[in-house]
Amino acid sequence: MPEIHLTTPLRDEDLEKLQIGDKVYLSGTIYTARDAAHQRLVELIEQEKPLPFDLKGQVIFYVGPAPTPPGKVIGSAGPTTSYRMDPYAPVLLAAGLKGMIGKGARSKAVIEAMQKYKAVYFAAIGGAAALISQSIKSAQVIAYEDLGPEAIRRLVVENFPCIVANDVRGNDIYRGFDYMGKK
Amino acid sequence: MRTINVTDLIPIVKQLCMEANCSLGKDVIAKIREFRAKENSPTGKEVLGILLENYKLAARDRMPICQDTGTAVFFVELGQDVQLTGGNFTEAIDEGVRQGYEAGYLRKSIVENPLFGRNNTNDNTPAVIHTTIVPGENIKITFAPKGGGAENMSAVKMLKPADGLAGVKDFVVDVVRRAGANPCPPIIVGVGIGGNFEECTLLSKKSLLRSLSEDNPDPQLAELERDLLQQINNLGIGPQGFGGNTTALAVHILSAPCHIASLPVAVNLQCHAARHKSVIL
Repeated sequence: MPEIHLTTPLRDEDLEKLQIGDKVYLSGTIYTARDAAHQRLVELIEQEKPLPFDLKGQVIFYVGPAPTPPGKVIGSAGPTTSYRMDPYAPVLLAAGLKGMIGKGARSKAVIEAMQKYKAVYFAAIGGAAALISQSIKSAQVIAYEDLGPEAIRRLVVENFPCIVANDVRGNDIYRGFDYMGKK
Repeated sequence: MRTINVTDLIPIVKQLCMEANCSLGKDVIAKIREFRAKENSPTGKEVLGILLENYKLAARDRMPICQDTGTAVFFVELGQDVQLTGGNFTEAIDEGVRQGYEAGYLRKSIVENPLFGRNNTNDNTPAVIHTTIVPGENIKITFAPKGGGAENMSAVKMLKPADGLAGVKDFVVDVVRRAGANPCPPIIVGVGIGGNFEECTLLSKKSLLRSLSEDNPDPQLAELERDLLQQINNLGIGPQGFGGNTTALAVHILSAPCHIASLPVAVNLQCHAARHKSVIL
């Protein structure tokens, strides 16, 4: 399995090289968002209002981290199940989002949008949250503080470990299983 | 008659919340090691190794194993010769949860209304408490935090008696197949058979409390568990859904008598972070 190091923001030429199953170590700035934050982001896009951060070339990590204990930059922070973000993801991809990190299979509509807009979906290991938090070097809430664990955070990561689950060509690491999230 | 002041339960519940979320039972760790040795996919093997490394780190640094520290689920066995004094029992459990989730830096994952507003209660209360009255003058409190990912993939079905054993097997395997990577495999498959609509779901959850090192005491159910585990691990979903022969670590079944017209079956999926801890007072 090839190991690839990538730095955000992601460029089309980086993404075109990726294949499902590739092990990727991500570095740079990424953003957190899950259900409630996605709903708000999509509402802003629909109302043509400015977003709390520029989506172009960016990566969203589907996570609601545990609170930060003393002496750490963040609490345990593993991926949440991605299918819940499927209704929103195509809108964000159309607006320039280039990568998503989560766990579990995506819908056909999301996979098609990834092909259309050249974006990838990375799987992180669900339930490896203490370990994953070690690759997060800083964390700052930048929007929707009222959502608590669901607030949008800007993270700086170093060698964040993940696997390419959907590439820009429509391939799917989870193929062959009839997931509930697939339509 | 023994008297127990409910305020004495608060620090006990607080401690349970903090410990259960950071350190996993030895039975789960041993089972993952056992399956890792048999896993035929290199990626699957690697994933299982990463999970083991994470458990070790979480226990060492007192960090939650998973950021989803769950709905605070309690199973309480209340001795009928115990008199509870000093306040409201349910409020005392909730206070313990409130203190434990705060002091343990555990995530607060409960919204106060499922439909309207969905505002976080910010203290992970209310807990879900299942109480059984039992003989004696002890209280046994089991805390089993349940993450959303695996809970969302659980299902219940009211089968016909004519569907029989084959119908039950098909349903259980189908729930796991459709869940795929979502419940964070390797999973533990909790199955409740019989009872009625609500009892079979409760049985399916309760079955998850059994140690992974123990066989089902009922030989017919033990055989069914082995058979279902084989079928599930033949699905090929594998650790985290990346393919492999470790989709489930175990199938646990509890059954109960049921109505002549019914064959209820519930499947409660449990992620690999199968956290639960008990105390007896």
